[in-house]
Amino acid sequence: MKNRVIVLFLAVLLIGTGILTANGKSDGAAAEGNGLITVGYAQVGAESDWRTANTESFKSTFVEANGYKLIFDDAQQKQENQIKAIRNFIQQDVDYIVVAPVVETGWETVLGEAKAAGIPVILSDRMMDVSDDSLYVAWVGGNFLKEGQDSVVWLNDYLKKTGRDNEKINCVLLQGTIGSSAQVGRTKGITEGLAKNSNYNLLAKQTGEFTQAKGQEVMESFLKAYDNIDVVFAENDNMAFGAIDAIKAVGKVPGKDIIIVSFDAVHEAFNRMIAGEINADVECNPLHGPRVAEIIQMLEAGKSVDKIMYVKEGVFDQFNAKEIMPTRKY
Amino acid sequence: MSDTLSLIKSKGRALVGQRLFLPLFALFLVLIVNVIKTPAFFNISIQNGVLYGYIIDIINRSSELVILAVGMTLVIATGGIDISVGAVSALSAAVCVRLLGSSYDNYATPMVLAILAALAIGMICGAFNGLLVSKLRIQAMVATLILFTAGRGVAQLISAREIGGKMVPGQIIYVRMESFKGIGGFLPKVIVPTPVFIAAAVVLIFYLVLTRTALGLYIKTVGINSRAGRLVGINSTFIMFLGYVLCGLTASMAGVISSSRIYSSDANNIGLNMELDAILAVALGGNSMAGGKFSLAGSVIGAITIQALTTSLYAMGVTADQLPVYKAVVVVLIVSIQSEELKRWISARGGKKA
Repeated sequence: MKNRVIVLFLAVLLIGTGILTANGKSDGAAAEGNGLITVGYAQVGAESDWRTANTESFKSTFVEANGYKLIFDDAQQKQENQIKAIRNFIQQDVDYIVVAPVVETGWETVLGEAKAAGIPVILSDRMMDVSDDSLYVAWVGGNFLKEGQDSVVWLNDYLKKTGRDNEKINCVLLQGTIGSSAQVGRTKGITEGLAKNSNYNLLAKQTGEFTQAKGQEVMESFLKAYDNIDVVFAENDNMAFGAIDAIKAVGKVPGKDIIIVSFDAVHEAFNRMIAGEINADVECNPLHGPRVAEIIQMLEAGKSVDKIMYVKEGVFDQFNAKEIMPTRKY
Repeated sequence: MSDTLSLIKSKGRALVGQRLFLPLFALFLVLIVNVIKTPAFFNISIQNGVLYGYIIDIINRSSELVILAVGMTLVIATGGIDISVGAVSALSAAVCVRLLGSSYDNYATPMVLAILAALAIGMICGAFNGLLVSKLRIQAMVATLILFTAGRGVAQLISAREIGGKMVPGQIIYVRMESFKGIGGFLPKVIVPTPVFIAAAVVLIFYLVLTRTALGLYIKTVGINSRAGRLVGINSTFIMFLGYVLCGLTASMAGVISSSRIYSSDANNIGLNMELDAILAVALGGNSMAGGKFSLAGSVIGAITIQALTTSLYAMGVTADQLPVYKAVVVVLIVSIQSEELKRWISARGGKKA
C-alpha cells in the first residue's frame, strides 16, 4: 500500500516536471545567414518585477530593426536548464551568448564548449566564479558599491539644500540579507560615505533581511533605542515600506521628521516618493540590453572591451519622482 | 521559625518540580539580561494612542508564533510533526490578499469572506497532510514535506500580477484598504495590538476544548500508544487527522495576521522558517517530540521566549552577523537545562556530596 502510493506520487511528479520543462524550451529557431546578428539569452526566470524588466530590455533591444535576432530562454531558476540552453545555442551556432547565471559555480565545462565553438559569452547581472576568466568576454551589471555611495552623495546635497549641512545627523541602516552582494556593496558604500563627514553619526545597523515585516520590526527597535534618528537608509524598498509603518506608529512623519533613503526604486516606491514618505531612491537598473548591445557592436568592430561594464543607475527623489514614474518600465 | 523555613523549602521544591517551571525560568533569564544591558527595556508607555514598549513588541510580534505553536503542539502530541505550516501560512495569505484585490476604493470580496476562505484553505491543507499521515500511514515528515515544498509554489502562482501584458507569478500584491491593516495592527480606539487578542483567544479556546472535553486525553493516548487507544475504542486515525486539520487552521490564522501586518501577500517571505520556530517553541516548552503528554502553556511560553530573544538582541544592538550565534547559544542553554539526563546527572552529583 505504502509503496504504491509513493510510486504514484513519483509518477505524478515526473509528469509534472516533464510538462514544466517542455514549456521552458526555447523558441528553437536556428540562426540563418540573413545578415542579422544572432544572440542567445539564457535568462534566470521571471521571479520578480526586476527580472521581467530585465527580460523586456533584451527583447526590445535585440530586434530585427536593430539588426539582431534574439533567441530567448527562460531557465525557471534552474542551472541545468541554463546549461541545456547554452548547449542549444552552440548547436544553433549563434553569434553571441548572453547568460544571467542562476548560481556562481559550475560553468567551466559548458563555457569551455562555447569557447571551443568560438562563440563569445557575455554575462549579465550576476557574476560567475570560473577559474579561467577568458571563458567570458565581459560582465554587465549594477554596481552596488556605487549605489551605496550615491545615496550618501544625495543626502549631502539634500542637507545642503535644506540648510542642515552643519547639523549633527544621526543615521540608522537597515541592511539586507547578510552576505548577499547587494547588502555587502550597499553597506560598504553607505558606511564609508558616512564616515567621510564627521557630522554624520551611524547610530546602529541591523539586518531586515530584505523583507517588509523584518524592516518594520527592526525599525521599531531602533526607534525605541534612539529618539533622535534623522535618517534611515534601507537597502531595499520593502524594508523602507516597513520602516515607514514603524515611524508612523510612533506618531512621526516619515519623509519629514525622518529622512528615508531607499534602494531598488520599484514601482511602489515611486508611489511612496510622490506621497512624500520616501525622500530618495537609488535605482538598481535592470535595463542591461542596451549595454550588452554596445559591447556586441564593439566586438563586431574588432575592438576590445573591458571585463566589467556597469550599467547607468540613477538616483530619484521627491522632486522628480512624479515626472519620471510614467517612463519607468518596472 | 524552622517550620516556616522548611515550608518555604518544600514549596520551593514543589515550584521547581512544576512542569512549567523550567520554560518560565528560561523566559525569565532571557528577559533579566535586559535589566543590565537595556534598563529601559521594561518601560511601557502610551504613545500615539497605543501601548508602546519592548515588552509590548515581544507580545505583539510573538502572536503568530504562539498561534502556530498551539497547532504544532497538537500534531506533535499525536506523535507526528508538521513542517508545512510556514508554506501553508504563505498560501493562506496569498488566497486572502488575492480575494481582497488591490483596489483603492473597495474590496473585491468582503473581508470576512476572504479571511474565511483563507482559513478554509489552511484546513484543506491540514486535511491533506492528515490524510497522508493518518490514513495512508506515510511518515509525518515526508507527508508534510510535500506541502512544505509545493505550498509556497502555489502561493506564488496565486500572487501573480500583470506586468507588461502578461501574468508574472511570485509578485508582492498590496491591499490598499485601511481596514485590512486592523488585523495585524490596531483597531480604532484600542490600545492593545489586535494580534494579541487573536492569539489569546486561540490559546483560550484550544485550552478549554482540550481540558473540558475528552479531546486532550484522546490526543495524549494516541501519542503514547495509538494501538492501545484503538483497543479501548478511540478512533486514532480520526484524532491524528483532526490534529493536522487544526494545525492547518492555526497556520492560516498566522498567515492572515502576517499579511495584514504588511498589507500585502509576500509569497516568498510570509511564514519563512516559521515551521522551525514553531517546532522549537514546542520543544522549549518542555514538550516531548515523541508525542504523548503535552503542555499548551509550555509551547506558548516557548514561542514568547523565542521572540523575547530576538527583541532583546535587537535592543542590545547585537550586529547582524553575530545574531544567529547568540540565538544558538541561548537555545542550546535552554534546551540543555531541560534535559532529563542532565538533571539526573546533577542530582546524582548532589547526592554524592551530601
